[in-house]
Amino acid sequence: MPEAKYLLVGSSHAALEALRSIRHFDPDGSMAMLTRDVYRPYSPTILPYVVSGRSKPAAVMLRDEAFFEANNCAFVPEAVAQSLDAKARTVRLENGESWRYERLLIATGAAPAIPPVKGIDDVRFHVLRSLEDATGLRSAMGSSRHAVVLGAGLVGLHAAENMAEAGLKVSVVEMQGHVLPGYFDAKASERIEAAFTGHGVKLYLNHKVVAVEPRDGGHSCAVHLEDGKVLQADLLLVATGVRPVTDWLNGSGIAVDKGVLVDEAMRTNVEGVWAAGDVAQAVDFHTGQPALIGIIPTAVEQGRIAGQGMADDPYVKAYPGGIPVNTYRFFGRVALSIGQAAASGDVEVSEHDDGGYRRVVLSDNRLVGYASVDEPFDVGIMGELIRRKVDLTAVKDAFIARPVETGRRLMSEQWR
Amino acid sequence: MGAAFDTIAFKGSLCDGCGDCMTACSSAKKGASRLSIVPGASEKVFELAICRQCGDPKCAMVCPSGALAKDGGSGVIGWDADKCIDCLLCTAGCAYGGIAVDPGISRVAKCDMCDGDPACVKSCPTGALEYRKAGSIYNEYGGKEDLFVPGLSGCLGCNSELIMRHTMRKIGRNSVLATPPGCIPGMGSVGYNGKTGTKVPVFHPLLTNTASMLAGIRRHYDRIGRKDIVVMALAGDGGTADCGFHAVSGAAERGDKILYICVDNEGYMNTGMQRSGTTPYGSWTSTTPVGEHMKGKTQDAKNLPMIMAAHKCRYVATASTGYMEDLYEKLDRAVEASFEGFAYLHIYSPCPTGWRVPSSKVIEACRMSVESNFVTLWEYTPKTGIRFTRSPDNALPVSAYVKMIGKYRHLSQDQLDHIQAKVDEQVALLKVMAADSPPPPAAHRPPAGSSTPAGGETSQTSLRREISRN
Ligand SMILES: Cc1cc2nc3c(=O)[nH]c(=O)nc-3n(C[C@H](O)[C@H](O)[C@H](O)COP(=O)(O)OP(=O)(O)OC[C@H]3O[C@@H](n4cnc5c(N)ncnc54)[C@H](O)[C@@H]3O)c2cc1C
Repeated sequence: MPEAKYLLVGSSHAALEALRSIRHFDPDGSMAMLTRDVYRPYSPTILPYVVSGRSKPAAVMLRDEAFFEANNCAFVPEAVAQSLDAKARTVRLENGESWRYERLLIATGAAPAIPPVKGIDDVRFHVLRSLEDATGLRSAMGSSRHAVVLGAGLVGLHAAENMAEAGLKVSVVEMQGHVLPGYFDAKASERIEAAFTGHGVKLYLNHKVVAVEPRDGGHSCAVHLEDGKVLQADLLLVATGVRPVTDWLNGSGIAVDKGVLVDEAMRTNVEGVWAAGDVAQAVDFHTGQPALIGIIPTAVEQGRIAGQGMADDPYVKAYPGGIPVNTYRFFGRVALSIGQAAASGDVEVSEHDDGGYRRVVLSDNRLVGYASVDEPFDVGIMGELIRRKVDLTAVKDAFIARPVETGRRLMSEQWR
Repeated sequence: MGAAFDTIAFKGSLCDGCGDCMTACSSAKKGASRLSIVPGASEKVFELAICRQCGDPKCAMVCPSGALAKDGGSGVIGWDADKCIDCLLCTAGCAYGGIAVDPGISRVAKCDMCDGDPACVKSCPTGALEYRKAGSIYNEYGGKEDLFVPGLSGCLGCNSELIMRHTMRKIGRNSVLATPPGCIPGMGSVGYNGKTGTKVPVFHPLLTNTASMLAGIRRHYDRIGRKDIVVMALAGDGGTADCGFHAVSGAAERGDKILYICVDNEGYMNTGMQRSGTTPYGSWTSTTPVGEHMKGKTQDAKNLPMIMAAHKCRYVATASTGYMEDLYEKLDRAVEASFEGFAYLHIYSPCPTGWRVPSSKVIEACRMSVESNFVTLWEYTPKTGIRFTRSPDNALPVSAYVKMIGKYRHLSQDQLDHIQAKVDEQVALLKVMAADSPPPPAAHRPPAGSSTPAGGETSQTSLRREISRN
């Protein structure tokens, strides 16, 4: 039976960062990275650019073979984990093979969540999470004219823009009242929505899909909305969110809520098993409660902490909690958000709306959220001010009037 | 991969906010400036946002396209315009504002250090921005042959060992080395059991006769026509400033062609940390203890390099391992001068054991000693006179340096004031000697009870006259 001291399941951001931090401390311990993918590591985030044609599929790999050789890590593609026996410390693959481990990282990420819409199993639809999905969507785009996208989150909007730019008639259906809910407040979202409408994309906000049915012998489909409207689609993309890939952990004893539950060191409830990235449900910085925050910065940070723990690195620091971050480009424009940027109620909000739009959210004279459209800012600096809960009392006026300049100043002072 | 990298350093206290660096950057890069100077907490204080070329670059870690990566040779985090998909996640990774959107092109832009010749640094009129090349010096000389045996028994973090190994790597095999009693032979460089601790001829003169013996060796080589041998000493401050001084002074006065390097750790450290002539006022040593009555050394140190300048040697310079590029330039000039006359290099060398400095803070102590003007970096030739190689202006208060050093832990405010006044006086005097500047203010009197000899209080004008007469 093949075995590894460090067994990493998944080959994306979380697992790669764990690899790095393990090797930082332990250059020799045997290591293997198993992944369902056929390809060397790549990021799901790049997929919209594969769809648009800007990035060539062969050029999106984040690591080459030499990297795995240099890091003394066996890279095993087409290895789909099917079950985990935590007592025997083995992971069983779909092809029947088993791997024994001393320390295991669960980094299987997330997969598209398919909503329970009537008829969904009878129609052909696309999702966007893997490189195959992206190349499949790209070629389908070439032969389609009417696209319907379910969901106006990051994935749905990226794909909608790709398809609109490729000349398709695109409709987006979203249950909530605005696009990118959670990241942006209504005013920011409206700017983004106007850009989409301006590029011919039809947005059905506050709309719910109740059924889909095949048409044309399965070549297209009809999308029925709750209010009776019917949209025709020869390309249907489902982008209504993601769910952590935890099915292979059923029966293993690993505690799973929405994702794999982990403590501040990314340990699961089972000894010798860590989890990081989109698959993990770690503490949220704002609420202090376990939450899913499926973005690269949290996947990287969690991967680093998990790797340090796996290698017994004594300098590991507790996970401070995830902070939502969104750097979003649409039709060449910029929308950015970090923290509780859409919050209202018990917070102090300052908005600026001339040319660019920005919304600064303070609580107790400390920054808790910041969003902007058409007015870039240093997201990392604002994130650091939020994370460190820096008291802005003395600089509040300057911060509200000139947040970028003042943020740079504050961080420069902190780093001295 | 290189072991160390060159960096752009920012000294906020020198920045006047003129913005020339940003103009230079944006014209060199034909876009938005990649560094930004912003107003600081109070008027006339400025802060800087620039890429720090992190060893652990978060911008690269969060990049989904593999467009950012640290170059193992230069240390620069490179940005690949073709791979970049403009998602801006890198701006969320960086907590320094070191990679930001250039609004003109709607893409990110970051400092690439202009291939080792940064435009911002060249345009900075105050010296607030500096391009520090210590990294490539370490890499270059780290690759050269080490002329000492491995496993010298210096203390952990010994700065003198750093100086020895660097110096001899630079000078190379064509040398004859004298190491009079002190830490340098003490840690094993002269060797054991009939074997030397170096790969060059080394000998162990008395404390008193180093320069005289070297003078003879040089004359021998002159006689047999070998013009390529560096005849040199790596000596301590005791062997140079005290017991060996007459020999050093004599050789300098005769203009013997010698490279004399004094590694000044301000005392007799290898014999148990006794005070020497270069031990500064207030220092704890085993012979100037701190107790109810005594509070460390009661006399001021003699400024040996100034004394050597007064000998009108071919070359005199001070240096510090906190400023390696400066040290290496001076070594070059000193070696060259040693073929023509007496070359004297005085290297300040904090001693972690004897000064009570953590070994991890030795280089920081070097830097702080210079930034506070406790020691100054300058060079002298008979033609050019004294020239500062690092400006003594806008110095930090000497307390900032003293508080890092354990041997000053007991200092009273009075003692500290005396040290500050002494430092100011030294700098003022050097400035007088370096240029036509107005006469310096009168020296501060040492606190009551101290026994500073009357000679230590000579007014600068008379000293100046004396030196110029020399
Ligand atoms: C279209 C799109 C756009 C996005 N845009 C952004 C963005 O702008 N900013 C941002 O921060 N985030 C964005 N994200 C989210 C971001 O990509 C994820 O947060 C990140 O990839 C999470 O990394 P991960 O390592 O946790 O998991 P994933 O990237 O999901 O990787 C999971 C890995 O596990 C492997 N795997 C899964 N199941 C198995 C199994 N059973 N056996 C073996 N291997 C398995 C997969 O092959 C894969 O290698 C986007 C995602 C998508 C899809």
